[in-house]
Amino acid sequence: MYSVVAVGTSWGGLSAMTKLLGGLPQDFPIPIVIVQHRGKDSNELLSQLLQDSTDLTVCEIEDKDALSPGRVHVAPANYHVMLEPGYASLTIEEPVRYSRPSIDVMFDSAAATYGPTAIGVVLTGANEDGARGLAHIIERGGRALVQDPKTAEIPIMPNAAIKAAPTAEVLPLDRLAPRLIELSREHSKPRARTMTV
Amino acid sequence: MALQIAEPPTSPQAAAEPPEAFKPDLERIEIELLLEGIFRHYGFDFRSYAYASIRRRLWKRIEEEGLSSISALQERVLHEPEMMEKLLLDLSINVTAMFRDPGFYVTFREQVVPLLKTYPFIRLWHAGCSTGEEVYSMAILLREEGLYDRARIYATDINEVVLQRAKAGIFPLERMQEYTDNYIRAGGKKSFSEYYTAKYGGALFDQSLTKNVVFSQHNLVTDRSFSEFNVILCRNVLIYFDKTLQSKVHSLFYDSLAMFGVLVLGSKETLRFMSHEECYQQIAAPEKIFRKVK
Repeated sequence: MYSVVAVGTSWGGLSAMTKLLGGLPQDFPIPIVIVQHRGKDSNELLSQLLQDSTDLTVCEIEDKDALSPGRVHVAPANYHVMLEPGYASLTIEEPVRYSRPSIDVMFDSAAATYGPTAIGVVLTGANEDGARGLAHIIERGGRALVQDPKTAEIPIMPNAAIKAAPTAEVLPLDRLAPRLIELSREHSKPRARTMTV
Repeated sequence: MALQIAEPPTSPQAAAEPPEAFKPDLERIEIELLLEGIFRHYGFDFRSYAYASIRRRLWKRIEEEGLSSISALQERVLHEPEMMEKLLLDLSINVTAMFRDPGFYVTFREQVVPLLKTYPFIRLWHAGCSTGEEVYSMAILLREEGLYDRARIYATDINEVVLQRAKAGIFPLERMQEYTDNYIRAGGKKSFSEYYTAKYGGALFDQSLTKNVVFSQHNLVTDRSFSEFNVILCRNVLIYFDKTLQSKVHSLFYDSLAMFGVLVLGSKETLRFMSHEECYQQIAAPEKIFRKVK
């Protein structure tokens, strides 16, 4: 069973995430963590807009929040999110390649903490954040999904992710939620063995 | 404490043949050994810091030194005090800003200042003050509210190097535009430029702002309470600690606060699940400003 779905996106992310979350059932069993690039003073409006699109419960992360099934944990503005076993920590370390929250930082921690039980998802975006982190998730035996750049509002982020993580599954936006549901029904560990390099 | 990473393997095959690249347990052993070594040899205790963040910063140092493992870093750190110095700066996050989260300062003016005005003398403690930007911000606020002359601010940090910078009160000129914006949005009553002059290649802050400030080294992990305070400010410091250590520091804060004293945390920090949670009332949600009520 997978432990976490880690999602990264920037430009165009709201509409892509709305579609992704809207396709998941209320009892989706894997906690979801989202890093969406946003202004450093932006408020909880993003979470409210996402909440309107989904039956899952959307919340902005506070330090050491437990990751729970049925929840969508959104990175707050101006903090990095790091995943620990069962919960999320926040930090205000320097922005990484101009981003805080940084998708790479969150993905790296997902890879280190959850290894083969992490799923990384890269959606539309106008920079290359997330590509390195997605490669780390694969290195550690995890699963990687990338929105098909042809279906992305801005293809830069998905293209960079595909380049850095060539074995990632590339799927059109409307196929991502069904694929996550499939993955949530399978065991993660046996597949991890075939990922051995 | 017992630390656990990732889930136990779910099938016998998985246990017998883990992916080669995935060795979190070995890495955790290495990191715990390094932190234990640092504690026993140098006395700095990072053993209860938030793990993912420590791990990331250790790897940054490893990459900058051209090393390839935590154990290789351990060899250098334990035998070369200069490497420990470097790592100490890496491990203590000193990212801060003047009037960070302007909304907090507005709320502090509206909700906390009136309380403080009822006291003849007030003591504030900035725990983990880093390079002092927030100390100067609070000094400016207190002066504008007519409270500065009866206030004493104790500004502490574990790190002597950053305290020296805080005392000097020279901040980068290139950040003054950002700080001016913050100051205005924080409800500042004057022109921000009145508080500094361009000097020594930076913005030198009005030295009278530190007339009532005591800068001192204090370690939240090992040191005890040193006075009783009306306000304790500790924003975005405890996020670097694990839950056990957070709880311990909250006991220290509770013991150091006067009855009806005010505790200020960062905007994404919480008292949830802390042993003293029920002793505080949040007085200005969503800001993390709490009042000790029992």
